[in-house]
Formats: sequence, structure tokens, C-alpha cells
Amino acid sequence: MSGFPILSLMLAIPAVAAVACVFLSANAARWTALIATLADLALGIFLWAQFDIGGPQWQFVERHDHLFGVFGYALGIDGFALMLIMLSVFLMPICIGASWRAIKSRVPEYMALFLVTELLMIGTFAAQDLFLFYVFFEAGLIPMYLIIGIWGGANRIYASYKFFLYTLLGSVLMLIAMLWMAHYAGTTDIPTLMQTDFPVHAQTWLWLAFFASFAVKMPMWPVHTWLPDAHVQAPTAGSVILAGVLLKLGGYGFLRFSLPMFPEASAQLTWLIFALSAVAVIYTSLVALVQQDMKKLIAYSSVAHMAIVTIGLFAFNRQGVEGAMIVMLSHGLVSGALFLCVGVIYDRLHTREIDRYGGLSINMPRYAVLFLLFTMASIGLPGTSGFVGEFLSLSGTYQLSTWIALLCTTGIILGAAYMLYLYRRVAFGEIRHDDVRKMPDLSIREFWLLAPIAAVVLWMGVYPESFLAPMRNDVGTLIARVSRATPVSDSQPAAGKSAPVAKGEAR
Amino acid sequence: MFDLASLMMVLPEEILSIGATVLMLVAAWGGQKSARAVTWVSIAILIGAGIALMGPASSGGVAFGGLIRADAFAGFSKALIYAAAAVALLMAPRFFERTSGGDLRPEYPVLILLSAAGMGIMVSAGDLLTLYVGLELQSLAAYVLASFMRRDARSAEAGLKYFVLGALASGILLYGISLVYGFSGTTMFDGVAQAYAAIVPGIHDYGLMFGLVFVFAGLAFKISAVPFHMWTPDVYEGAPTPVTAFFASAPKVAAMALAVRVAISAMGPAVSDWRQIVIFASLASIIFGAVAAIGQSNIKRLLAYSSINNVGFALVGLAAGTQQGVASVLMYLTIYIAMTLGSFLVVLQMRDHEGNPVESIASLSGLSRTRPGLAAAMAIFMFSLAGIPPLFGFYAKFAVFSAAVNAGLFPLAVFGIAASVIGAYYYLRIVKTMYFDDPAPAYAPGDSAVEGGLITVAAIFISPLGYLAIPVLGAWTMAAAKALF
Repeated sequence: MSGFPILSLMLAIPAVAAVACVFLSANAARWTALIATLADLALGIFLWAQFDIGGPQWQFVERHDHLFGVFGYALGIDGFALMLIMLSVFLMPICIGASWRAIKSRVPEYMALFLVTELLMIGTFAAQDLFLFYVFFEAGLIPMYLIIGIWGGANRIYASYKFFLYTLLGSVLMLIAMLWMAHYAGTTDIPTLMQTDFPVHAQTWLWLAFFASFAVKMPMWPVHTWLPDAHVQAPTAGSVILAGVLLKLGGYGFLRFSLPMFPEASAQLTWLIFALSAVAVIYTSLVALVQQDMKKLIAYSSVAHMAIVTIGLFAFNRQGVEGAMIVMLSHGLVSGALFLCVGVIYDRLHTREIDRYGGLSINMPRYAVLFLLFTMASIGLPGTSGFVGEFLSLSGTYQLSTWIALLCTTGIILGAAYMLYLYRRVAFGEIRHDDVRKMPDLSIREFWLLAPIAAVVLWMGVYPESFLAPMRNDVGTLIARVSRATPVSDSQPAAGKSAPVAKGEAR
Repeated sequence: MFDLASLMMVLPEEILSIGATVLMLVAAWGGQKSARAVTWVSIAILIGAGIALMGPASSGGVAFGGLIRADAFAGFSKALIYAAAAVALLMAPRFFERTSGGDLRPEYPVLILLSAAGMGIMVSAGDLLTLYVGLELQSLAAYVLASFMRRDARSAEAGLKYFVLGALASGILLYGISLVYGFSGTTMFDGVAQAYAAIVPGIHDYGLMFGLVFVFAGLAFKISAVPFHMWTPDVYEGAPTPVTAFFASAPKVAAMALAVRVAISAMGPAVSDWRQIVIFASLASIIFGAVAAIGQSNIKRLLAYSSINNVGFALVGLAAGTQQGVASVLMYLTIYIAMTLGSFLVVLQMRDHEGNPVESIASLSGLSRTRPGLAAAMAIFMFSLAGIPPLFGFYAKFAVFSAAVNAGLFPLAVFGIAASVIGAYYYLRIVKTMYFDDPAPAYAPGDSAVEGGLITVAAIFISPLGYLAIPVLGAWTMAAAKALF
């Protein structure tokens, strides 16, 4: 491990580029943003290549304790953080590319805000100090509020307020819990806190405070209502980053804080997570089925997919946690790609109404193929990333609660229903509108935005080991940490015994 | 009696009062023409007083037999007060030139200096009567300042309102002081503290308790905490903008520091009694300040409610009643005055084509396109006032809530921070107006390098770069708080 502060560099590049963008012309800002995000992607790949699988839990550690008085500047990543950072830096150049032509007004500010968002996402995943994490986590609200509010659709102001205030209210309670933890443990170091045993009666309160924040971020039913509004109003790239990375902050929070820091409370309140998730899977899938707006449909499908993540995380076993991580990565790619697909046709016709399209497979064959691939990945077809994650997550859940597994599996069926129904209405059938007939197929730029995602989706579906390997030890550590509190399973699988054989009949 | 050591400990106040007296004579003979020169000399005097703080004024201990306490707490508060007063002086010349036809009268800087001297006595008071003298010196100067634009009806109304209500509050405070004196036999903080410590638990000493309640009511008026806040929006709206900026910063710091000193030094043993009052005032200010601000359409009125809201948060730190709590109050005030002075400096830039000041929030529409730099600075101040990280305003709230949690005040911390989300709504509204709405007619271009520079400095201090100042500020505030324990 070199002493070179590579994580700080990954934070510094977008920061510098964001400041530069403000002072540049539109075109120069576009190129600056693209180059900066590609540089971060290159650094991310370097990070992955250098990551020592099976090595120490925390790698690339940088510490400046007490740089900010009571809390310090401490960075470092484990396998979970590495994978989520990879997801962020992978999606970011694609977002910039997707906004290349779609955003025409106030381009320098737009690019600067996206770069700030990237900085904050990487910072959130890499932070090793409790309050540094909080700062990065919360600060993400500001650029997203401005992105939705300035470049969003007609109802953008309502959506931006709702997004901001909902998530803020969730998070402030977490801050109080963090203050208590720092006071109790006498440290703000996340790895140390992950080893701290908090008193059981306090754990419940702390867990609920963190839950308030992460459940809104995730989002879990019934606090998911900000998401459809935010998605529908945000510009395409904003939706991509919202669905692709920002929703993962909730899952990452459960993984990093709730489970290892409060194992007993997590076990006690697993029923809450399971109940909300089961409702979310079925309810939001049904809601998705009747949507007329493509983005709204995908937004509701996100809520359903995130519920699969939460049940996997709280399954307290290896399959569940690994599955949850893969669902997060897969959903980040797939829903991002689906929003891009919506963006492609939205840029042509300026409507997201499903009924305005139809028969796109006739005049846009390349588009239809890629859209189909992402639709199938969203459903969870074997061979795509969606299958691996959902299968692992549900099989992990089955070991703890057969009923919840049963209920959530219906979500897969409903997911197939609404996604296929969407695809049929958009891509198949006759072309009914003249303006749809005139729509050109994917441009080269659009193709190259979608193709890399498609490649990774297939890679993750066929050989998920590449993505699971860096996380394996960390999952083991987490399971070992929570094992003392694992709830009793209702399935009680036992090794089979052969039936006793009566004497005399053996012959 | 010539007590040189004591005189050295009040050197800043001496510099200010002698300077103010001399400048008043200069103003009397020099007239209108001398206004600029008097302003610059006043700033020099404030700097001189600030330099004098480094001497015995901040480390000398007890002066004049205990009437004055020249400790680190007084030193830190005075540094904030002088800085805020200097900014209020820098803001003034252009404003008065533009609004009342070159009517910058040299009395303005003199009144600010006198007010600063009064505030200095307030924060270093060691006796209830010193406290009252300082408070009145500050207040009387402030009443005149509020009505400084004498031909403007709103300004006159603000001054009158401030005076009548301020006199009432002074009466309440004085009544409380008389009760405390009557039942403890002394006005010295030490003696008062002993009297409160001597109260046998379980037996109510109604005289001392009534005294405590009245003293806190009077102080609550001065810091404009709910339910004694009613004067704030009217006075802030009516007073000339530089004066409003001054009211929202320096006297706030002084009154808050005074409340802290009285609470800890004089009434420290009765912490469980005044804590209830402080908690109520804190939560009421946070919630009322936030809810009432939502409907405002005048930016100065909105900032007035914002200041009520902020006082509520500062009181959270006082409610903790610990050394960390006092340090967090000072930290809060430091960050708060940077944010609030920055915001008012932006308000000063709000002028239509003819240079007349505009105060409606609607006129900020689309500012991000007409004046991007100004809009960005205002957005930073607003997000910071809302307490959103990574801006420095977050750390202010972090410090006070940290103190409250460590003191075990969980309900206060939870309700207080939840109510901060209500406050976020109206700060967001300003950002929304500047960034999301279509441009309104542009403001006149900025023509003052001083004001632009001050806005930039404030914005940089409030930006994430400010976090690098935490270790230094933290050490100072902690040392200042230690002086009270």
C-alpha cells in the first residue's frame, strides 16, 4: 500500500474542476467536467486494481485526527465502499455525457454542481470519521436541490423542496444519535465505533434515529413519496445519479452503521424492516403497474428494488448481505440505464407519457435492443446482474423468514409484469404517431453512453465473482459481528436423516 | 483612589469612551464635512481597543474590587463586538449617501463607539449594577441609532418602539435586580451566587426565585428571545440597514454573553431553576422564529425572525450549563455574526436603478443570472443559517447540540434539531427565489469595493474552508468559557 493519498486526490479533482467550471464557457465546462470525471474513473480503476483482496479490512487509509477540532479528516475504504465508489465514478462520466446536449442553459453551473455531487458521494463512502461522514452525507442535498430546482421539469420547485426537507428531517435525528455515540464512546472513528458495544437499551433509540435517516434516503415505504416527484422533475442525468448512487447511501448506511454498531437493536427491529419491505415490494410494484409516466414507473420500481436490498441486509447471513450489495450495484446500473433510455426518447419527443410512443422497435432497433436488455436486467433475468442479486438476497431471507421471502418473491413476478408491459407499450406494436415515426435511432454518443453499462450488467450477471471477491472478507466480518444477535429463523433447516429401517426387512 | 491595575484592565473601554468624546467634539465643530474622517478614525479607535484587549483587559482578573471582571470570556466577547461594530461602520457611508442625499452625519460612528463601550462593560460586568449601567449605555445609543434617519417615518417609529419597549424591559430587569439585592444583600455576582447556593433544597426562597425570573425576562428581551421578541421585526425593518446589521450582530453578542455570565457566575448554583426558563425560551424561539419567518415578504423582517431563531439555538448551549455549553455559545455567536453580517451586506446591495434600497424578497428573483457572485454568496449564507453542512453554520449548531447531548438534555436536542428543519424551509425560499425564478429587474451594479470585499471575506469564512479555523476557535472559546467556572 503506497502512502500516496489517492482518495484525497479523487476528492480534489472534482473540487478543483468544479471551481474551474464556474469561470469557463459552456463548452469548456462540458469538456472540463468530462475530463475530470474520466480522471476520477481512471483513479477508481487504479484503486480497484490496487485493492488487496484478503488484506487488511481498511485500505488506502488517510488520517488527520482532530483537523477540525472535535472531529478529524479520516478516509479509508473496505470492499463495500470500494464497490460503491466504483459505481459512482463509473456513472459520473455517463451523466456528463447524457447532459451534453440536453442541458442548454447555465451549463457551467450545472457541470460544477455535478462535480460537487461526485465529490460528496465519494467522500460519503470513503469517510472514516462519524461527523465527516455526516457532513458529506448531508451536503449532497445542496447540489441535488439546485439541480432539480434549476434544470428540472414543470413542477420542479415542489419536487426540490420535498426532496430537501424530507431528507433533512430524516437526517437531523441521526446527528443527535451520532453526538450521543461520540460522547459515549469517546471517539468519532467509524472502525472503532463498529467494534463498540453500546448498551442494549440505548441501541434501540440510536437505531431508530439512524433508521429515520436511512429509510428516507433508501427510500422505504411509507417515506418514499419524495422519490417519484424528484425523479420525474429532475433532468435525466439528475435521475441517473439519484437512482444510481444517492439511493445507495441508505443501504450503505444500514451496512456501515445500523448493523455492525447496533446488532441487538437490528435483530429486535428486523420485523419492522421486513414488514415495511414486504409492503413496499408489493404495493409499489402495483403502483408501478398503473403509471402513465415512464420515469415515475421506474421510480416506483426503484422503491421495490430497494426493499429487496433491505430484506437482504437484515437477513443476518452471507447470502443476504452479498445479495443486497449486488442488488444495489445492479440497480444503480440498470435504473441509471433505464433513465438514460427514457432520456433518449424524451430528448426527441419531449414527453414521458407512455402512450405517446409505440412501435419503437421498428424505427429504432438499436435502441430497442439495449432497452430490452435493461428491462430484462430489471426483471432479474438469469444472465443479467439483477438475477444474481435478487436470487442471493431472497435465498438469504428465506433462511430467516420464509413468509417474507414468499411475499417479496411476488415482487419479482410483478416486476416482470410492469416492466414487460412498459416495454410492450413503448417498443412493440404499430407506430401510431407520425412524430414517433420520424424519430432517429441512437446517435453515436447515446450508444456509447448505454453500451458500457450494458457490458457491465452482463459481466455482473455472468461472473459476479469479480464484484463479490473484494467484499467477501467484509461480509464475513459483518456476519461475525452480528452473529451474537441473529434472530431465530422460522424455517429451521436441519440435515436430513434417513428413515429408520426395521430389522429383518433389510434383506 | 488611583487604581492603575484596574484602569489597565478597562483600557478598551477607556479608549472607546475618550475616543467617542473627542470625536463628538470634532463632529460638533466639523459638522457634516467631518463625517468621513470621523468614520475612519472610529474604525481606528475600535482597532485600538481591540489591540488593548491583548493586555490585562482579557487576563487581568478582577478590577475595581469586583465590579468589573477582565477575563478571557470578556476578551473574546469584546473581540466579536468590536469586529461587528467595525463592519457596521464600514457599511454605513455609502448607504447614507445614497438614501438620504449625502446625509451621513458624524454622530453615527460616535454612537456606535458609545454603544461598543457599553457592550464592553456589559460583558465584563461583575456586579448587577455595572451590568445595568453597561446595558443602558448600549441601549440608549441604540435607540438613537434606530431612528437615525429622522425624516423617515419607519425609522422614527422603530426608534420609538425600541425605546418604549426597551425601557419596559430595563424596568423589569431592574426590578429583578432589586429583588435579588433585597434577598441576598449584595449586588456582586459572587455574593449573589453564595445566596443562591445557600438555598436549602426543597424549601422555596420566593424572593430570590422571583428575582431570577425577572432578571432572565429582562435579559430575554435584550437577546430578543421568545416571548420577549415582539419589538425585533419592527425595529429591524424600520431601522436603516447598517443599523439593523449592527443590532443583529454586536448587541446580540453582548446581551447573550451577559446572559451567560449572569446565569453561570451569579446564578450558577440555581442552574436547575433557570435551565427551565432557558429551555422554554430556546425552543419557543427556534419554533416561533422559524414559523413566523415563513410568511414574510420583506428581507429585513425575515432576517429579524432568523435572528430570533438563531438566539434559540445559542440558548441550547446555555441550557447545557456546562463549560462546553458556554464555549459552544461563543462558537455559535462567532459564526452567527459572520453569517448575519454577510446577509445584511447582501441586503445593502439590493438597490434599484436609481440607487434606492429595495427590501422585498421578490426583487431577488433570478439574482443568480443578473449578479451570480452576489447570489452565490447569499446562497452560502442562507444554507449556512439553515445549518446544512458543509457550510460553517452547521458547525455552530453541531457545537450547541453536542453540548446539550453531553449534558443529557435529549428532549431539548431532539425537538430543537427537528424544529431546525422548519427554519430550513424559509432559507431555502430565498435560494429558490434567487436561483429558480425568472429574473426580476436587475439591481444597480455593485459600486463599493469595501462592501464587496467584506461579503467575500464573510462567504469564505462560512464556506467549508472555515472548518480549518475550528481548532483555533475551539481553543479560544474553551479558554473563554473556563474563565466562568
